Amino acid sequence: MILSVNTVTKRFGGLVAVDAASLSVAPGSITGLIGPNGAGKTTLFAVIAGFERASNGRVVFDGHDITAEPAHLRARRGIARTFQIVQPFAGLSVVENIAVGAYLRHAGRDAAQEKAREVADLVGLSAMLGQPASALTVSGRKRLELARALATQPTLLLLDEVLAGLNPSEIRDMIPVIRQIRDGGVTILMVEHVMQAVMSLCEDIHVLAQGRIIAQGTPGEVAENTAVIEAYLGHGAARRLHAAGAAHA
Amino acid sequence: MNATRAYLPAVALLLLAGLIPVLVAANTVLNFIVFTLIIALAAQGWNLLGGFGGQFSFGHAAFFGTGAYATAILQARYGVNAWAGFAIGIALSAAVGWMIGYLSFRSGLRGSYFALVTLAFAEVFRILANASAFTGGAAGTLVRLDMRPENFQFASRAVFVWIALALVGFVLIMTIAIGRARFGAWLAAVRENEDAARALGVDVLGVKLKAITLSAGVTGAAGALYVQYYLYLDANIAYGAWISVEALIAPIIGGIGTPLGPVIGAVTLHGLGELTKLFAGRIPGIDLVIYGALLVAAIAFAPDGIMGLLRKAQRRKDADKATDQNVTEGTL
Amino acid sequence: MFAPDIILAAVLNGLMTGSVYALIALGLTLVYGVLHIINFAHGATLTAAMFAVYVAHTVFRLDPYLALVIVTPLFFGLGYGLQRFVIGPASHGEDRNILLVTLGLSILIENAMLAMFRSDTRSIDVPYAFSSIDLGFTFLALPRVLAFGVALLVALLLGLLLTRTDTGKAIRAVAKEKTGAALAGIDVAHIYAVTFGLGAACVAIAACLLMPTFYVTPRAGNAFVLVAFTIVVLGGMGSIPGALIGALFIGVVESLCGLFFGESLGQIGIFLIFILVLLVKPTGLFGARA
Ligand SMILES: Nc1ncnc2c1ncn2[C@@H]1O[C@H](COP(=O)(O)OP(=O)(O)O)[C@@H](O)[C@H]1O
Ligand SMILES: [Mg+2]
Repeated sequence: MILSVNTVTKRFGGLVAVDAASLSVAPGSITGLIGPNGAGKTTLFAVIAGFERASNGRVVFDGHDITAEPAHLRARRGIARTFQIVQPFAGLSVVENIAVGAYLRHAGRDAAQEKAREVADLVGLSAMLGQPASALTVSGRKRLELARALATQPTLLLLDEVLAGLNPSEIRDMIPVIRQIRDGGVTILMVEHVMQAVMSLCEDIHVLAQGRIIAQGTPGEVAENTAVIEAYLGHGAARRLHAAGAAHA
Repeated sequence: MNATRAYLPAVALLLLAGLIPVLVAANTVLNFIVFTLIIALAAQGWNLLGGFGGQFSFGHAAFFGTGAYATAILQARYGVNAWAGFAIGIALSAAVGWMIGYLSFRSGLRGSYFALVTLAFAEVFRILANASAFTGGAAGTLVRLDMRPENFQFASRAVFVWIALALVGFVLIMTIAIGRARFGAWLAAVRENEDAARALGVDVLGVKLKAITLSAGVTGAAGALYVQYYLYLDANIAYGAWISVEALIAPIIGGIGTPLGPVIGAVTLHGLGELTKLFAGRIPGIDLVIYGALLVAAIAFAPDGIMGLLRKAQRRKDADKATDQNVTEGTL
Repeated sequence: MFAPDIILAAVLNGLMTGSVYALIALGLTLVYGVLHIINFAHGATLTAAMFAVYVAHTVFRLDPYLALVIVTPLFFGLGYGLQRFVIGPASHGEDRNILLVTLGLSILIENAMLAMFRSDTRSIDVPYAFSSIDLGFTFLALPRVLAFGVALLVALLLGLLLTRTDTGKAIRAVAKEKTGAALAGIDVAHIYAVTFGLGAACVAIAACLLMPTFYVTPRAGNAFVLVAFTIVVLGGMGSIPGALIGALFIGVVESLCGLFFGESLGQIGIFLIFILVLLVKPTGLFGARA
């Protein structure tokens, strides 16, 4: 396992955002983390990437216990994250934004810029290299978020709703990009609400609801899981759904 | 932009400025140039932290004063060679910068809070220097007049102009280099968005500490230069709010976060200051009234300073040229 | 060391100085609470108000306490106009710009005072300057006792204004959530300006209370405002009760430090408290808002 999250709890004052959650990610996989809004997915990402300190539990990456490590060191180890609410360097150009990520593995200007261009090409930002990041559209900003993270040449990439806010055709364009990144050797853990994308991309899915992992399995297994359907649609929904399915059949 | 094009304007400007003492011998002019260059140097220091790193200090006097006092006291009290004193002064102000940075950045102070805490540190230093016998108290400290090069004192003001120019030029080139290097990219990242920077592996605290240390060293060099030129220092000169303000306004007027900005800003401010004195006579404070008004006006109308205005004009010219070409091509 | 009555007298004197600090700090904390920025022009505004009181007295023979009735609304208007027509438009809605614009204004105002009045120390003569109240173990200067009373009264009125009036409610709404307030139909730019005006009015009152016993120079306001910054940070940025308690506390600390260590080092004590609080607990000791 490239990443193991062992019974991690995160409290904000009285609120338990993540409640003894455990999950593991196999190297080379695209693993999904889904769950209703407010389930604690972003918080769990923040704990994995080192932006929030776990109140309890451990995070192990590549055999190292990184629970207490600051975020920038985790990035050096190979964990990269995107932000659900995009965080561009608004005053910098697109290529400068991506180069900041590239500088993590390339000390020289030319090498970093070249890496930045290469990544921009991959995510489809080559036409906007010189533009200020603040001039990008929503979809452009999402791509930039992805590009910057990729430029750090991570081994584990945490994607937090990179498809949210995109229109269907943009989503269709992005899905192969994500697959291509994985095929390039990057393990991906993604939070996503766009089910069609999750179902087609992920081999393994973990479901978080109210801070707890309530299910885990292949897309097919998870879709059938009663607890999961209830978490999304409310108590009793699974029964009604099955009843409706039976009636149709 | 390739490397030659990045450094060329700066080098050309420096060489041109180096000619001034050859052409002009008037003491008042040379005095003006040295003073303006000292301010420019202090402002270059501020710009490294404030312009490139986005951390606005209102207390760069703490570094200017430390550089100045260290240089003066080492000579006056301990008989240390002036050049060595100068170097130690720079090192000490850098150390003070690191210390203030460590205390405030580690506590997560940003924005107004960082501005306030730097202001407070400078004030503490001022009051201490004013009260302590070690710094000569309110009477101040004198460096013994002995015009010899080994004492960092020169009979000819032209030599001083060149030394000041060399320092400003060195920092200018260093700043351009930083802007083109990994450290510059990290500084910009920290300025724009700390969380995003951390996610990309940037050691935010480390980058800020490096920046404030460097910044303080440069502004400390300005203080050390000041004392070698005027050979006198008191707490209000060394740690007074005036230098914190000068170091901050010059880059903002000239172009914040650009290598040339602080220099252009310092020249503009002091040029205007002299002009006002010429027209309005020696009314105390009148130049600062103008500085204050300029600061407000710059933020309102030219947030990227003079450099920003120049760039805009250049772009407009380029655009005009392009349309002209299109028109001619179209007609042909 | 010192006899108890000397210490008690120092404490009482500290409380009275503290009450004037409170007025200055109230203005600062109010503006911070609503606009979330530090008004660096606050000190220069105080200086300007002190000169206004000085001019009212020397030119128009107006007693400082009477001048209060004129100077306070005048400064309210000035503060309002400054925010509405200068600071607001010039800063394009960016906090960092507000910081710099208020700094620019402070440099401008302070040096305009210097150009007009030179750096001489100026004070006014009032017949009651040396009147005092005999407490048996010590004498308290009458103007300072008056200042104490008026400062507390103003703080009380300000509190009432914020809690009981529509304007006050609008101010608090903007402080909490400005987008929401704007959606609810509150004119945010107007409320910002009113808040600024109130801050300037507080300082104007402080100037009237200070002038009978104090002097004015073009830099006089700065010393007070640095203390006020300390108080505001100590009391929790934006907290009105925090500013009040913090001010009285600092007044007493300063007075006692002055007694034990001498004047200039007493000031150091304040700055060290300031730096320590900023570094250790920037949300303030009296833990108002997070
Ligand atoms: N910094 C924070 N402080 C307090 N509460 C927070 C913080 N971050 C998230 N929360 C709360 O934790 C819960 C989980 O939020 P989040 O992780 O964003 O959920 P998700 O990403 O699954 O939608 C929510 O109730 C949210 O309000
Ligand atoms: Mg989320």
